[in-house]
Amino acid sequence: MLLTFTMLTCTQKKAGSGIIIAGSTSVQPFIEQVADNYMREHPGIAIIVQGGGSTAGIQATFNRICNIGTSSRHLIGDEKRLKQILIAMDGVAVIVHPSNPVDNLTVEQIRGIFTGKIRNWKDVGGKDEIIIPVTREEGSGTRGSFEELIMEGEEISDRCLVQDSNGSVREIIATTPNGIGYISAGLVDEREKAIAIDGIKPTPENLISHHYKFCRPFLLLLLEEPKGEVKKFIDYVLSPKGQKILAGNGLIPAVPFNNER
Amino acid sequence: MKDKIAEKFLMVVAFSAILTLALISFFIFQQGLPLIFKAGLHNIFSTHWAPTRGHFGILSMIVGSIMVTAGALIIGVSFGLACTIFLSEFSSGTIQKTLKPIIELLAGIPSVVYGFMGIVILVPFVRTHFGGPGFSVLTASIILGIMILPTIVSISYDSLRAVPKTYREGSFALGATKWQTVVMLLIPAARSGIIAGIILGMGRAIGETMAVIMIAGNALKIPHSILDSVRTLTSTIALELGYATGDHRAALFACGSFLFIIIVILNIIAIRFKGKE
Amino acid sequence: MTFRVGPRTNQIIAYTALLIMTVITIFVLFFIIGFILKNGLGQVSLKFLTERTTDMGKAGGIFPSILGTLFVTLLAIIIAAPIGVGSAVYLVEYTKAGFVRRIISFGADCLNGVPSIIFGLFGFIFFVITLNFGWSVLSGGLTLAVMILPTIIRTSEEAIKTVPRAYREISYSLGGGKLDTILKVVLPTALPGILTGVILGIGRAIGETAAVIFTAGSSLGLPTSIFSSTRTLAVHFYILAREGISMPKAYATATVLIIIILLINFIAYRLVHRFIARYY
Repeated sequence: MLLTFTMLTCTQKKAGSGIIIAGSTSVQPFIEQVADNYMREHPGIAIIVQGGGSTAGIQATFNRICNIGTSSRHLIGDEKRLKQILIAMDGVAVIVHPSNPVDNLTVEQIRGIFTGKIRNWKDVGGKDEIIIPVTREEGSGTRGSFEELIMEGEEISDRCLVQDSNGSVREIIATTPNGIGYISAGLVDEREKAIAIDGIKPTPENLISHHYKFCRPFLLLLLEEPKGEVKKFIDYVLSPKGQKILAGNGLIPAVPFNNER
Repeated sequence: MKDKIAEKFLMVVAFSAILTLALISFFIFQQGLPLIFKAGLHNIFSTHWAPTRGHFGILSMIVGSIMVTAGALIIGVSFGLACTIFLSEFSSGTIQKTLKPIIELLAGIPSVVYGFMGIVILVPFVRTHFGGPGFSVLTASIILGIMILPTIVSISYDSLRAVPKTYREGSFALGATKWQTVVMLLIPAARSGIIAGIILGMGRAIGETMAVIMIAGNALKIPHSILDSVRTLTSTIALELGYATGDHRAALFACGSFLFIIIVILNIIAIRFKGKE
Repeated sequence: MTFRVGPRTNQIIAYTALLIMTVITIFVLFFIIGFILKNGLGQVSLKFLTERTTDMGKAGGIFPSILGTLFVTLLAIIIAAPIGVGSAVYLVEYTKAGFVRRIISFGADCLNGVPSIIFGLFGFIFFVITLNFGWSVLSGGLTLAVMILPTIIRTSEEAIKTVPRAYREISYSLGGGKLDTILKVVLPTALPGILTGVILGIGRAIGETAAVIFTAGSSLGLPTSIFSSTRTLAVHFYILAREGISMPKAYATATVLIIIILLINFIAYRLVHRFIARYY
């Protein structure tokens, strides 16, 4: 019985005409929007977007579980054997509850908070309240970028709460008055406040002008040169239409396009 | 002839449960054990968890699982036994018939719904009234306590009902009150079943994943108070599985191996106690 | 000064304490269900049930998740029900108390206690990776089948046990073989009990999250074959609630989930009662 199942899968997998995209939960909401638009313009093709995480996406690409992998961090070591396509840059925003009077922190202060050396908001100009830092789980692309950009080799304290997606970090910060966390800049909404780092806020203008330095790549990953439907979709993502969708959601486009109406 | 074939076929089918159990243990251990040997026990039983950099300490998660389970048992057992005794000894047939299925309904509510109630009601409540982040040992214990309550009620109720009527009648005839009868006679008589129920509830609490992830905060540090955040074995697996590769993934299966061993031991103990009845 | 309380007073104190604790428990249950329904019922509409999910769940309905839940659960039942009932028949009709029965019972009991995350781990490494089924309805359904198998074995076993000996003897005396007796007499008589087990299994499968999120995936697309990845209702609710995508949609999804579970439990309860009324 098992054998028939296995054979069934093999034949089915080849016959399928859809595209499976899997990987970074940070890239997922953005690529999903592009895919939605693409499917509307090209009825008949099905694009399935999965989460799982950057590292899982890289593995899934190697194992051919998906046609396109996504990553929100740079590839390291052996992973570089994959073909990478940069589709956008994304800012990493440090967020706090809107009621928090703190608007600006230095990189050193943020590092101090996440290493556990600074534990009270009054030490960084806020109220006399315990700081509740929220980090991402081991293996997350966003955590990888945060460690690379802000922590500079120091280890994130085990005091920090741990959540496994941008959304769940955002949800905790939005409901916890003394929390601090970091998420994709494109996902910050009105329920939390992105603070300025060394005086610069992660606004779209600052991101595009590269004033805000804490950025990371959004990558599409392939095992081989794209062809057929996969190539058509990647071309669409990199076209002005696709890039406009990404930019409209707060990302920095990889391919500059004419932003006239 | 037909009967013989049917018997052989059904035998194969009947062994499927034990076979899947074997298959599950094989795959979990095959993935997890090599890392335990490779990293060494002193690495595994440390509190330093950074699996992408070669530190596989799961001690804080084991402690976390124990703390949360203990808290859940305090709540689940006290309320569970109270409900059981009330239903079985202090209420009429109609009340028993209505309330028992209602309590058992608690078991059917998906664990994510419990987790959600924890987030929207209990976490803010604990944060504003007791302090700390709200995502804490206390919050997780309360929610898990409610979740394991039906398991405890349903098994201990059955064993309390199984105590012969003559025990009660004899005790009343000697002038004992209902409460004295319950404490001195019925609970000791139904002991095995009650313990089996508690152990199975304990298994549920240790194994619960999604609700705990939502409300425990998942900090890796060993909690110093019940208001601190906590990380369990199960939540580590679910939080990181999607992202893990290589040794990191193996480390999660190592967590799974420990969890599996704990659960099987608990089950064997529970089956023993149940069998004693 | 020592203060002694007489057994009567003691009884009154104990009774009051037990009553209060029971009332609290019942209140918690009604509160959970009431809270979800109060916040969600207004959001549920035919449109919500039949529309596709858009914008990661911020907008649109939950049709793909309903379909996904249906497929995954159906597959799980199709696989687990025959195996579970078969096992139960073998246990009751073909084995005597002894080693074989003990080991099969032990397997079912142990499997019953295994936490769902372990099933998730197993399904992920075995179905998704080793057998290369990927995140799919197939992987999710198979994992859930393994998970609900012990429930079905146990309930069917109980149901078959309650079929009176006399029924079987009449069938034998009329010349019926063992298999015929099982198929034509034992199983039909035990049917309500067996169905209860199957329905409880369905309930467990629908409410499950940890075991399906790593095997069926979390894609929002419409599942078109057993190899499509899908996001079940429980997983969809988990993601909506946890990531704060949309609270109204989260409440609405939870409402649908709770109503299904209540319905299933109610049907199972009614079946058990009809069943019990017939034999006691």
